[in-house]
Amino acid sequence: MTAPQSLQLRCCDASGCRSAGAGALHAALLQARDQLGGAAEGVAIKPVGCLRLCGRGPLVALDRPGSGGIYAGLTPEQAPELLAVAAGLSHGLADQRLGPDHPFFALQQPVVLEGCGRVDPTSIDDALAMGTYGQLQRVLAECTPEQVREQVKRSGLRGRGGAGYPTGLKWDTVALQPAGLRYVVCNADEGDPGAFMDRSVLESDPHRLIEGLAIAAYAVGAQQGYVYVRAEYPLAIERLQLALKQARARGLLGAGIAGSSFNLRLEVRVGAGAYVCGEETALLASIQGQRGTPRPRPPFPAQSGLWGHPTLINNVETLAAIPAIIREGGDWYGAMGTAGSKGTKVFALSGAVANTGLVEVPMGTSLRTVVLTIGGGVPGGEGPDGGVKAVQTGGPSGGCIPAALLDTPVDYESLRQLGSMMGSGGMVVMGESTAMPAVARHFMRFSVAESCGKCVPCRAGTVQLLELLDRFAEHRASLADLERLEQLCGMVQATSLCGLGQAAPNPVLSTLRHFRQEYQAACRAPQLCEPLTSCSLEAKGP
Amino acid sequence: MAAEAVERTSRLVRQHRGRADALIEVLHQVQELYGFLPRPALHQVARELQLPLARVYGVASFYHLFRLEPPAAHRCAVCLGTACFVKGGAELAAQLEQRLGVRLDAPAGDGSWALEHVSCLGACGQAPVLVVDGQLAPKLPLDDPRALALRFTALGLDPRP
Repeated sequence: MTAPQSLQLRCCDASGCRSAGAGALHAALLQARDQLGGAAEGVAIKPVGCLRLCGRGPLVALDRPGSGGIYAGLTPEQAPELLAVAAGLSHGLADQRLGPDHPFFALQQPVVLEGCGRVDPTSIDDALAMGTYGQLQRVLAECTPEQVREQVKRSGLRGRGGAGYPTGLKWDTVALQPAGLRYVVCNADEGDPGAFMDRSVLESDPHRLIEGLAIAAYAVGAQQGYVYVRAEYPLAIERLQLALKQARARGLLGAGIAGSSFNLRLEVRVGAGAYVCGEETALLASIQGQRGTPRPRPPFPAQSGLWGHPTLINNVETLAAIPAIIREGGDWYGAMGTAGSKGTKVFALSGAVANTGLVEVPMGTSLRTVVLTIGGGVPGGEGPDGGVKAVQTGGPSGGCIPAALLDTPVDYESLRQLGSMMGSGGMVVMGESTAMPAVARHFMRFSVAESCGKCVPCRAGTVQLLELLDRFAEHRASLADLERLEQLCGMVQATSLCGLGQAAPNPVLSTLRHFRQEYQAACRAPQLCEPLTSCSLEAKGP
Repeated sequence: MAAEAVERTSRLVRQHRGRADALIEVLHQVQELYGFLPRPALHQVARELQLPLARVYGVASFYHLFRLEPPAAHRCAVCLGTACFVKGGAELAAQLEQRLGVRLDAPAGDGSWALEHVSCLGACGQAPVLVVDGQLAPKLPLDDPRALALRFTALGLDPRP
């Protein structure tokens, strides 16, 4: 028997498991420990962030030499049994146990998520014990801003918010502006339907994000920063606010951080429900208390951002990768992934798939590995593609990749070539029962509701596109509609003001490209359409 | 309530030192006071932040979460994010429209219930989900009508008489 301190139950206390009853389970575990006494007294019970397999919550991880694992789908009534297992008094609950060799966990490579599910997100002491803020202190004591930026450039890290702009280059652009005020901003306005990576980082390991943001501020010479969080994430806001307060109290934020001459003030700004505020110029307007409408670039925010000053804007996942890059070196990070897409990426896997939750894998991992091996395919699905019809990536700006292309490596360029995009990392699996024109209509409805109204192609064009898609989804389209649909997509793409408008036709274009037969079958006279020999999928009649 | 709310609104503005960039924060807090953003409150915020009323109204009407009308007593939000869509979110919305006798996204509902859609709550692992008066309800069993009816009842979503 090893030291009793090594026995620990880590209870997921992120919003996924909370909604599945994690609160009652945690209370039942504490109560059961008091009642059982004896060996159970030696089991530590700690609330942690996301344990990743969100679809099977509430989850509890057991740390026990030789027989640890994650227990899924627990009820409060099972608390005494779980404690007995933890104390080595029982071998029960075996069918709810998932070992570290379970395919969902075995292929993952946590970098951004390394503390997620391990650290108590409400305790700075726990974060410090895990080494958080260690790199910030080291950088302030030992490195120049240039040296920090050099490591980030060497890492090859690209923006994880969707566009994939090289992070080091962006940092250089801000740092090399004429002397004066600078700002840093963390974009935590995670609005893509199907994306919950940033929420998990904020809820599970907020100190890592603060450390990354502080290192970024030092590297570009900013003394004031904002984290812009969407209002739909109340728990994430609460934990971030608490973490900021703790960091200020320990002298890790504020004036003269960790004994250096570096000052940084960080504030949280809460959104008010506008998807377009994820676009960087709209986000800046919103931070300044205005309507969140984008403006033409240039000037880019790196040159002229908040109140006209150079402003660095990075996504949550990008910044959360920084501490590990500084700790292990840029070359270490750059050795993972593919030539053009370095490092790891966090995906939010959901939809018609057996294992839903957070997945962090090296860039270049195939869709097949993520969806079939890690995700377990469509429940009850058969055949070589596990019942998968398509995988949607990139949210309303992305597209649907058909099952025939599941061997595509997941990186920025490969997804773009297929008419989709990496986006922020949402990955929604669709089974045979999902009709593609209906998927395109679903996204277009979203774009209509979220268009800010500033430019005509997006404001009016998306409405027209939706009306056309209604005809296809309701099987009353004509062949001319198909032509009009494609033309209008091209026009909205080419002439919209911001990235959201330009990308709004992507779900239509990608489903037209890979599932054209479904649009044709939705026409009133499908027999007049040109034959599609290249498609293997069967058309579904009305 | 009214006089007290007016006083508290002034205090809120002072707490933000009257800075125009705090407008969204102030509106959030004013909405917490009243449950929505009444016209006189918008006038007061404009006056005390020294902003044109058009600017305040423009911001209040731009963001989805700001309500310009009094809300219904209870609110039920159906998630229509992509994962919930794949798992039958639209069907769930249709069933709730029928059960509660209100149209989806009708601004004030029927007075006691408002049924609205949300675009994604980031609870995709538990799709399809609802939020009933602020509580997230995960994994609604659309394939089992009896279990679904029991969940609805447990959430207080009683059929309209």
